Amino acid sequence: MRKFIIKRLLLSVVILFFVTFIIYVLMRCLPTSYVEAQAIRLAQQPGSKPVEEWMAQLKAQYGLDQGIIPGFFQQLGHLLRLDFGDSWKFTIPVLEKFRQVIWISFAMGAISLVLELIIAIPLGIIAATKQYSGTDYTISAVALAGISFPTFFFATLLKLVLSVKLGWFELNGLHSTAAIVGNLGAWDTFLDGVWHMIMPITTLVVLSIGSLMRYTRTNMLEVMNADYIRTARAKGLDERKVVYHHAFRNTLIPLVTIIGGSLPGLFSGALITETIFAIPGIGKVSYDAMVAGDIPFSFFYLTFMAVLTLAGNLIADILYAVVDPRVRIS
Amino acid sequence: MSKDIDKRDGVQEEEHYSLNDDRRVKVLSPGRLVAKRFFRNRLAVVGLTMLVIMFLFSFVGGWIVPYSEDQFFYTMESQKKEYAGVTENTEYRYLITPDQELPTLVRANLGLVLGKDDVFQYKGANYHIETVGEELYQITNDEGTLLALAFKDIINPTQSGASLSYEFSYNALMTYAQGGGSFQADGKNYDMTEHGVITENGQDVADVGRVIVQSRISGRSIPQAFKDRVAQAIENHETEFTLTVDGQEREYTMTYDPAKLLYSVMEDTPTQVYDKYAPPSRIHLLGTEGNGMDVLTRLMYGGRVSLIIGFIVIIIETSIGVVMGGISGYFGSWVDNLIMRIVDIFYCIPSMPLMIILGSAMDAMRVDPQIRMLYLMLLLGFLGWPGIARLVRGQILSLREQEFMTATEATGLSVKRRIFCHLIPNVIPQLIVNMTMGLGSIILTEATLSYLGLGVKFPFASWGNIINEVNNSYVLTEYLWVWIPAGVCLLVTVLGFNFVGDGLRDAFDPKMKR
Repeated sequence: MRKFIIKRLLLSVVILFFVTFIIYVLMRCLPTSYVEAQAIRLAQQPGSKPVEEWMAQLKAQYGLDQGIIPGFFQQLGHLLRLDFGDSWKFTIPVLEKFRQVIWISFAMGAISLVLELIIAIPLGIIAATKQYSGTDYTISAVALAGISFPTFFFATLLKLVLSVKLGWFELNGLHSTAAIVGNLGAWDTFLDGVWHMIMPITTLVVLSIGSLMRYTRTNMLEVMNADYIRTARAKGLDERKVVYHHAFRNTLIPLVTIIGGSLPGLFSGALITETIFAIPGIGKVSYDAMVAGDIPFSFFYLTFMAVLTLAGNLIADILYAVVDPRVRIS
Repeated sequence: MSKDIDKRDGVQEEEHYSLNDDRRVKVLSPGRLVAKRFFRNRLAVVGLTMLVIMFLFSFVGGWIVPYSEDQFFYTMESQKKEYAGVTENTEYRYLITPDQELPTLVRANLGLVLGKDDVFQYKGANYHIETVGEELYQITNDEGTLLALAFKDIINPTQSGASLSYEFSYNALMTYAQGGGSFQADGKNYDMTEHGVITENGQDVADVGRVIVQSRISGRSIPQAFKDRVAQAIENHETEFTLTVDGQEREYTMTYDPAKLLYSVMEDTPTQVYDKYAPPSRIHLLGTEGNGMDVLTRLMYGGRVSLIIGFIVIIIETSIGVVMGGISGYFGSWVDNLIMRIVDIFYCIPSMPLMIILGSAMDAMRVDPQIRMLYLMLLLGFLGWPGIARLVRGQILSLREQEFMTATEATGLSVKRRIFCHLIPNVIPQLIVNMTMGLGSIILTEATLSYLGLGVKFPFASWGNIINEVNNSYVLTEYLWVWIPAGVCLLVTVLGFNFVGDGLRDAFDPKMKR
C-alpha cells in the first residue's frame, strides 16, 4: 500500500513538472508586445511602479532574457521556494492575495458540497429503487437539466427573479454597503455575508447536483442487480433494510471515491459563478487577473489548478484502493 | 425477418416450423435493436425532437428569415439639438466718433445718468446728453462736438466677422431710431426695414436689434423670421414655439440661463439612429438588441455558429482521442505508459483559465474574429481529447483479451486492420454516447467564453455573446427579449444532446432489459 502511494506521489510530481513546463511555455509564447503593453498600462495606474521596474521584475522572475529551457529551470527554482512574485493587477505578492481570498471560495465550495450530498444522494437512491417510474423520469430529467443549464444563464435568471423582481437579495457583491462602511457589528457583518452567499450557493448546488445524482443512481442500479441483494430479499428482509443496509453501503464505495477526489476542488473556486455574483473569491480574483494580463497571478492560478487536479486524482485512487477490500494492489 | 419471406411462407405454415427453426423468432439486426430501445425511451425521443427543432431553427431558419446576420436596423428619432443661443443686450454700448475719446470712467458714470439728466460733469469737463431715439443718446462736449453714441440696439453683420465702418454704424443706428428707411454710408445706398434688417440691393448686409441670435450649428445661418419669433417669445415669456422653416414645421424649446443671461434654443430634429432594444413587434418578432440587429435572426445564425463549433471540436477531439487511445490500448507496455502519462499531463491543464488568458491576449492584439474562432476550435479540440483517449484505451484493453481478437490474430490480419476494423467498431457505441454528451458540454464551454466576451466575437453571432449584453444591468431587468431566448436556445440544445446521449447509452447497453 505504502509503495503504491509513494509511486503515485512520485508520478504526480513528474506530471506536475511537465504541466508547469507547458504552462511556462504558453506564457512565454504570449507575444512580447502584449506583455510590454500590459506592463506599460499597469505602470500608468496611480501609485504604480515605473514600467522598467515591472519589466525587470518580470525578467528576473521568469528568466525572460534566457532561452526557454534555462528560463524554465530558473522559474522552477522560484516555484520550489513558493515564490510567485508580485501580482500585476493587485500590486501585492501573489500568495498574499491568494491567502486573502481563498477562504471565501473554500466556504462557498464546502457549503455547496454538503448541500449537494444531502440532496443528490437520497434522490439518486429513490430514482434507482423506482427505476422507470414517473419519479425516476422526473429525477433524471431534472438532473440532466441541471447539467445542461449554462451557469451564466441560470445565475442571471436567478438574479432577475430573486433580486430584481422579488427584491430578496442584492444583485452582487459579498457585503452590502453598510457592512463595507463598517456600520455593522461583527455578527451582523457575518450574517450579511451569508445572506449574499445564498444566490451563488444556490447556483452551484443546482447545477452540480445532476452529475452526483446520476452517479448515485447508476451505481445503485448496479448494486441492486447483484446476487447478494437477491439473497437478502430471499431471506425475507424488509425492502427498506435491503435498500439502505445492504445496497446503499455498497454504493458508498464509488461515492466515497469520487467525493474524496472532489475535495481538493473545494479550493479551486467557482470561476463563472463568483465572477457573475462579484464574490471576491479565488475564482473572481483570478478571472480579473487573467483578463488584465496579470502574468504572475495567472501562472500561479494555472499551477494551483493543476496541483488540485492531481491531488484529486491521487485521493480518488488511494481511496478506491482503501475503501474497497476487493481491490488488490499489485 | 424481411417482409418478402413473410408473404411467401404465409401465416398458416408458421405452426409447422420446427422448434429450432430460425424463422420462429423475429430477428432484428443489432442496429435496429438499438433503435427500438432508443425510441422506447421517452426522454430520448423528447431530446431528439428538441435537437431536430434546434437544427432546423439554426440551419434552415437563417435561410428563410429575410434579414442577414449583421444587418442593422435604423429608426427615426426626434432629438433635441442646440440650434441657437440668444442674448438680450441690457448694457449700453458706445460708438465713439473717430479722433475723439470717452474715458472708461466717464462711460461708467454715463450708464447711471443716461435717460435722466441732460448734463453731467467729470473732471471739469461737461458732457451733454441728447436723446435721439429709444435708448439711443448722443453725447457731446461743450463745443457741441459729437463724442459718441450710446445705444442698446446692436448691429450684427450678416457675414460674421465682417467689420462695420463708423459711418455705416452711425447711420444705421440713427435710421433704426426713426423706424427704418434708407440711408447712405461709404458711398453706398442701404435700406432698412422697420425690424432693423439692412439690405444693399436686396441683399442682407446686417441687422440691428436688441436681441442677438447666434447660430450654434456651424455653417447654418439663422433666418430673419426665426429671430423675430425669438424676440417675440422673449417678450411674451414663452418657452416653446413652433415655426415653419423651409416649408417644414419645427418645434423649438427655449431655456434661460440667468447666470449667463442667455437663452438657448433647442430644435427638434429628426435623426436616424440604430433601432436599439426595440420590443418584439411584427417586423422584429423578438425585438432588436443593443446594436440594432434583429434578435431572432441573430439567434438563428448564432445557433449555426455554436453547433458548427461544437461539431468541429468534437471531431478533432475524437480523432485524436481514438488514435491515441487505440494505440495505447492495443500496444500496451511502454507505449501505453507513455501515452497515458501524456494524457495525465493534458488532464491537468486547466482549460477554462487557459482559454480566458489566451482570449484576453487575442483581445489585446485585436485578432480578426474569424481567425479567433479558428483558434478557439483548435484549442478546445486539443485540450479535450484525453477523456476520449482514456475511454477508448479502457475499452480496448478489455476487448483485446476476448476470443474474437485471438481469432483475428490467428487469421493473420494486419495490425492496422485489427485495430481499426475490429477493435474500434466495438468501441463505437461508447464513443457515440460520449460524443453526444460531449457536444453539449462543448457548446456550453463556447457559450461561456463568448458570454465572457472572450470567445466568438462580433460581428459573428453566438448564443453566448448574445447573452453577453446582460452585463448591462438595464438589459437584465428591462430588455428580457434580448437575452432570455438565447439562453433558452442554449438550454434546449444542450438538454437535447444530453437526453439523446443518455437514451443512446441505455439503448446500446445489451444488459438493459427494456
